[in-house]
Amino acid sequence: MKPALDVREDRLRDLMAAAQRGDAVAYCGFLRELTPFLRGWFRRRLQSLPDDVEDLVQETLLAVHNSRHTYDPAQPVGGWVCAIARYKMVDLLRARAGREALHDPLDEEGAELMSEAEPAAAEARRDLGLLLLQLPDKQRLPIQYVKIEGLSVAEAAQRTALSESAVKVGVHRGLKALAALIRRQR
Amino acid sequence: MKTDDLINALAAGIGPIDPRAPARRLLAAATAGVLLAAPLLLGLLGLNRQLAQATAEPMFWVKLAFVVAVAAAAFGAALRTATPGASLRQSGIGLALPFAMLWLLAAAALAVSSPAERTALLFGDTWLACPLNIALLSAPALLLALAAMRSLAPTRLRLAGASAGLLAGGLGAIVYTLHCPELAAPFLAAWYVLGMLIPTAIGAALGGRLLRW
Repeated sequence: MKPALDVREDRLRDLMAAAQRGDAVAYCGFLRELTPFLRGWFRRRLQSLPDDVEDLVQETLLAVHNSRHTYDPAQPVGGWVCAIARYKMVDLLRARAGREALHDPLDEEGAELMSEAEPAAAEARRDLGLLLLQLPDKQRLPIQYVKIEGLSVAEAAQRTALSESAVKVGVHRGLKALAALIRRQR
Repeated sequence: MKTDDLINALAAGIGPIDPRAPARRLLAAATAGVLLAAPLLLGLLGLNRQLAQATAEPMFWVKLAFVVAVAAAAFGAALRTATPGASLRQSGIGLALPFAMLWLLAAAALAVSSPAERTALLFGDTWLACPLNIALLSAPALLLALAAMRSLAPTRLRLAGASAGLLAGGLGAIVYTLHCPELAAPFLAAWYVLGMLIPTAIGAALGGRLLRW
């Protein structure tokens, strides 16, 4: 029998592979299974900043989404996510530390992301819904229609009087802009 | 927004992803960088008039192989640094190899020559211009490679900037071989390497700020 860690890795890898082919249900399942592990991973490392954990989970999910084109199916998915999570956490700590020297408190093991899940979500302090309102219309409306209301790209194009490719570009750029807004707010 | 709602939103309406997208973007940047360096070479420096004769020399091809190997290894390293969690060990070996071989060749060339010849082998006629010209010719590729890197997900920013810079340096050096008359291994080992390290250092310095995401 395989160790539990490998089973989870295999399962997440399968889900991500399907997601790369455009399977939204698999992708939703991937993010949903990932979330408790991200939460546990951050909670263990940010014991002095428990209120930041859920914000960081959300920020990392957004970062995973925005950089999903860099996932190489031949690579362990745990290591890929872990590197993103670590990057986002160091970025947060660096912003908090200001000019103080920051000692990297992190170890280098990648696969341990999936060692301890934390299913209970705390309330996020930052409301991404409110941040979304700051985006320009050509990004905000495509995100609102396609991502939140679940319309097809064609329907969203009709409602916004944008072309279908402009809707796709608007979603893509808007989600990147959202990540940039999060960083600027620190 | 609750985390569950965020997940639903992120997953809604996704399309397929091309896993070769990172390599394509870097390759497009590299190609465009070379194409933009060509008019700089022709306009500012001109072609080497003895280029046809130079291609008869084995050392010309050794030189070209060296700069192509550096650019190729730096391309691989840049691609790895743009991918979260990718190991860089193999990239390091691939990068060290062309430099080690050239330096061995240079050491051998210096060892078998007289002290008077050594100065000529090392400095040639163009040692001062060479690193600056390579840095100049690498500028378009540096900007484009950093822009491509920004669209990817580097997690070690200075390293990512440095590998984009070395890629640009290798490409600039490839273009520069069309102008440069020097063929001595010691010259290449010093001034070509220095020329390629200039954009590398600039890339590392810019990377820390420019590549944040």
